[in-house]
Amino acid sequence: MAVSSPEGQGQFPLPKILTYPSSTPPTLITQGAEGRVYKTTHLDPSRPCILKYRPPKPYRHAILDARLTKERITAEAHVLARCAREGVPVPAVYATDPRAGWMMIEYIDGVPVRQAINEFLGKRPETDQEKVAAEETDNVPLIELLRRIGATVGGLHGTGNVHGDLTTSNMMLRPFSTTIAAEGSKARMVEGDVVLIDFGLATQSSSEEDRAVDLYVLERAFASTHPRAEKLFQHVLDAYEKSFKKAGAALAKLEDVRRRGRKKSMLG
Amino acid sequence: MALEKIQLDLVAPGQEILVAFFRDVSASASELLQKQLFARNPAFEYAFIDATSIISRAHLLSAVFNAVNAAATDSLRTPNVHSEIVISLGPNNNISDAYRRWGIQAGKTSNLIVVKVLPTTSSESDPSSPIPSSPEQVWAHLKEHLQGATATPLTDDELSKTTDWAAKIRKYYKLNGVPALDAIKDEVAKRKEMERMVIMAMALREL
Repeated sequence: MAVSSPEGQGQFPLPKILTYPSSTPPTLITQGAEGRVYKTTHLDPSRPCILKYRPPKPYRHAILDARLTKERITAEAHVLARCAREGVPVPAVYATDPRAGWMMIEYIDGVPVRQAINEFLGKRPETDQEKVAAEETDNVPLIELLRRIGATVGGLHGTGNVHGDLTTSNMMLRPFSTTIAAEGSKARMVEGDVVLIDFGLATQSSSEEDRAVDLYVLERAFASTHPRAEKLFQHVLDAYEKSFKKAGAALAKLEDVRRRGRKKSMLG
Repeated sequence: MALEKIQLDLVAPGQEILVAFFRDVSASASELLQKQLFARNPAFEYAFIDATSIISRAHLLSAVFNAVNAAATDSLRTPNVHSEIVISLGPNNNISDAYRRWGIQAGKTSNLIVVKVLPTTSSESDPSSPIPSSPEQVWAHLKEHLQGATATPLTDDELSKTTDWAAKIRKYYKLNGVPALDAIKDEVAKRKEMERMVIMAMALREL
């Protein structure tokens, strides 16, 4: 999907800011329903960044559209700032232009947690009854990663925010500044800090209900993305429980949410 | 010439960003520059910044980028791009606060950063005009009014020598008692994290 020049955009016109001269050409990374995500640079090549662009929606009234776009960028930036101050690992915000519909945030090095877990699991023999005993020790690095996930999500909830779309694709595994596991070892694949990304659906909330729904969404996403590690998900919840004061209440609520599903109101 | 031309990524073409860093600025020079600035003398349209409130190039240039982008999108909150650079250094839209904290202070600012954004398109530069319109004229003009000051390369290393962390950076950007910072023991890592938070505070200024 690399774009060699700003003019070389096939499908989408670039946001105006990305048509200006830059040391590295912008690359379209993903596109979602709401917007597009480009990799580019902030100030100079030493500061790689992500530009999240929410283009104007032609089907919405222009004034309403501008207001919604501004509100969403504002909400996302505020959650990121609050997390950063509290020490929850999230990308820094570098610059915003709510009127133009974009926000520049820090580029996080590494691979999505989803990919790291799947690569780790892929190296193992297919589910094999005889290997069950051996698996327990094999899984130690993965379990450690799951515990870091639980602690990070707990850290986020402890700041009074919920993510709204917790999946292992919305977490990056940023390599530790000093690596611990041996080069080429399986443990190396799942080593790193868990950094939460994509706060597009995040909201300020300290309710047990919202926290439980966050966990439930993660649990369901985890089971479908990593079916072979499903039974290990409990380690996420165990670490979560120890990560902030109200975690126990959220976990109790999770039981209710599991019984009834994500939607409480049955509306919408 | 110690005037540096800065090439910033993703800035609209048609303008040059020039910066200079002066140390040992005399009290009379800072008085004169502030007076001309407040009189809105067009010949003295610069962003004059007190270097003790600046951490690094990335800190300064983030403000320049934000201001230049505001100018390019017709969303300046202040009369021109130079005043916008000063207010862009702040975490809120309080203009007089921003000038007091990041701007030049008569008789007090002895470490001075100057930023000039020069249009490149309109220059059939008239040598008799009092308004500098080329990098050479800007440099000559600055040197004339900053006699005795030491032109210094604008590097992170030089900037870090004058940064006032306790009384300025930590206070102006409300970094005291921030859990993420208190958790870091290593002083170098802590300062890097403070720079990150400062740039973030500036990015959220208008939200």
